[in-house]
Amino acid sequence: MNNEELKSAILAIQPAATFDESGEFLNVHISSELLLPLMLELRNNKDFYFDYLFCETCIDWKDHLMMVYHLTSKSLKHTLVVKGKISNRDNAEIESVAGIWKTAEFMEREVYELFGVKFLNHPDLRKLILDDYWTGYPLRKDYSDPVNLIEY
Amino acid sequence: MEEGSFKMDVKDIKMDVKEIKQDPFPGLVEPTDDGAILVTKLDDVINWARSNSLWPLYFGTSCCAIEMMQTGASRHDWSRFGFEVARATPRQADLIIIAGTIVIKMAPVLKRLYDQMPDPKYVIAMGACAISGGPFYYNTYSVVKGADHIIPVDIYIPGCPPRPEALLHGMISLQEKIKHTHNGQQKRA
Amino acid sequence: MELENATEEQDDLIINVGPQHPSTHGVLHIKLKVNGETITDVEPHLGYIHRSIEKMCESHTYRQFIYTTSRMDYLSAHINNQACALAVEKGLQVEVPARAKAIRILMAELTRLASHQLWWGCTGLDLGAVTPFFHAFREREMINDIMEKTCGARLTMNYAVPGGVMADLHPDFVKDVKAFLAEFKGKFHEYDELLTGNIIFEERVKGIGYISKEDAISFGCTGPVARASGVSCDIRKLHPYDGYENLQFEEIIRTEGDCYGRYLARMDEMKQSMYIIEQLIDNIPDGDYQAKTKALIKLPKGEFYQRVETARGEFGVYIVSEGATTPYRIKFRSPGFSNLSALKHMVVGGKIADLVAVMAMLDLVIPDIDR
Repeated sequence: MNNEELKSAILAIQPAATFDESGEFLNVHISSELLLPLMLELRNNKDFYFDYLFCETCIDWKDHLMMVYHLTSKSLKHTLVVKGKISNRDNAEIESVAGIWKTAEFMEREVYELFGVKFLNHPDLRKLILDDYWTGYPLRKDYSDPVNLIEY
Repeated sequence: MEEGSFKMDVKDIKMDVKEIKQDPFPGLVEPTDDGAILVTKLDDVINWARSNSLWPLYFGTSCCAIEMMQTGASRHDWSRFGFEVARATPRQADLIIIAGTIVIKMAPVLKRLYDQMPDPKYVIAMGACAISGGPFYYNTYSVVKGADHIIPVDIYIPGCPPRPEALLHGMISLQEKIKHTHNGQQKRA
Repeated sequence: MELENATEEQDDLIINVGPQHPSTHGVLHIKLKVNGETITDVEPHLGYIHRSIEKMCESHTYRQFIYTTSRMDYLSAHINNQACALAVEKGLQVEVPARAKAIRILMAELTRLASHQLWWGCTGLDLGAVTPFFHAFREREMINDIMEKTCGARLTMNYAVPGGVMADLHPDFVKDVKAFLAEFKGKFHEYDELLTGNIIFEERVKGIGYISKEDAISFGCTGPVARASGVSCDIRKLHPYDGYENLQFEEIIRTEGDCYGRYLARMDEMKQSMYIIEQLIDNIPDGDYQAKTKALIKLPKGEFYQRVETARGEFGVYIVSEGATTPYRIKFRSPGFSNLSALKHMVVGGKIADLVAVMAMLDLVIPDIDR
């Protein structure tokens, strides 16, 4: 499917989605509550069949957090970027996609400790990289550590 | 040698570097009819034995570990200087080469490894990260700025990563250091 | 995960492998739950070399941040640099000279060869054979010498910069590469004789660590690990960059899905890399080695994603720019991270000794996983 077909097909499933075509890939913006049904459809619908999640990360936009999912289909060869906006920064929550793509389990654990996004229905949400007693979310823009973080 | 040419014979090159000699044995050996009489200092003999059979621990965290492997491999071959018995367990090693960055999560592990090594033990900090945090000094939240914040270091080898020759030089320098140790002053655990 | 709740009645023993363990190739910590010899649960613990590179890159300029990436996957250092350079070039929309592209590919393939040589030697060590280590490092030193002459460093090259490469090739480069190829081709049969057909080695890797094609895709496995399961995932073929589309080479796809398949995939990849170098080495175009770029690069507002194929699989650089001289956010998608997430799937039900074989064939570089 090309970008135009993807757009109309996604709009048919989720009318609230907005699009951004300025970059290399087609970007779909959606709020965090509506993310999971769309993702399930993108993975299981034979027309999309996005079976490969090659990058999942988060961006801290200071007033909100944004989850970014890079999806591609091995058989249909189209690529899509889904962005889920999390408005509540202090109590960030989003549905986990680890049940859809297994690679998301580790990637979400990483985002959980570095950005403080809580993934609902994640099979094993614990710290993966940092020590268990670590407080704060280091990759957020407002993170500060006067002892270890020497700014230059 | 021709005027204005860069060609040189090997004999023209004057080595300014202090030659490192492996002492045969520190002491006087007087041959007698049935054997020999040995006159030496106990310290010298102990240091001689210690310095020539250093057993390093397999310990590498990042890039420097690859250069450490190269030092042990075909071309550089550290067994020429008596380091080839690399051990996987700290209980059998007396030298730890900190090859790579030490981060906050790794620091207690490094301390425990050091504590498990039998005395006397020696530490080489290999590469910029182990010396001071190196390229990861600024704007990082998880890097220990120098392994000497955790355990005492005997030899520092700069580089990112240091060449195998630099590591060999560092290890030979450690041998020199051990040879000049007075055992009475040595630290006790 | 039930590791915390395991009690004595269950006959399960918990073994900690690492962080200081020779078979983990670095400082990976693996918690194993075993029943007798059989692994019932595996739990990797990362972060023993987490150097906060992504945070650090947010305060580096677009020229500076490339250097940190050679310290991530230090065995594919040049390919990491290349990915970052390509991502920045995507934002700048600068055209890289043909000579620079050819040099980058040559260096990338040499890096891949050196990485696979090291993997081959260490696989031998892990599985109890010491000789391969010395054979592999004998040839690896030749590549290091070539790198050192041109790039100035043996391991962390920092040679690719936005717009091309840092400096022109050393005058000896072509001669040295040809000498290396002749030497390595002549010695390659030794590699096969030492391990490939070795019955002890085969017994330890055949049928071990199986992963199916669907699972490999779902776990995000890439590189030789996925290609041994029949997944076509070579970025050089799927999304060519720097002129890979003009070169002849095969994507090695096997169907075994086990450790032996991964081993054979990497061995064949080495031959393909040599083939790529042979095509290019006599045809390096003349011209500039670097396009003109500003000393202080400013990327336009937007997002730039670049995927490349390192020796371990798909490496991705995701730059979010706000129009400043430093990136707003950088994410590195590392191949080892996803490959490691499939570890549990591969080893549960097997023996403890199989874990070592699986780890060797995953070819993990821990700083690449932790970043």
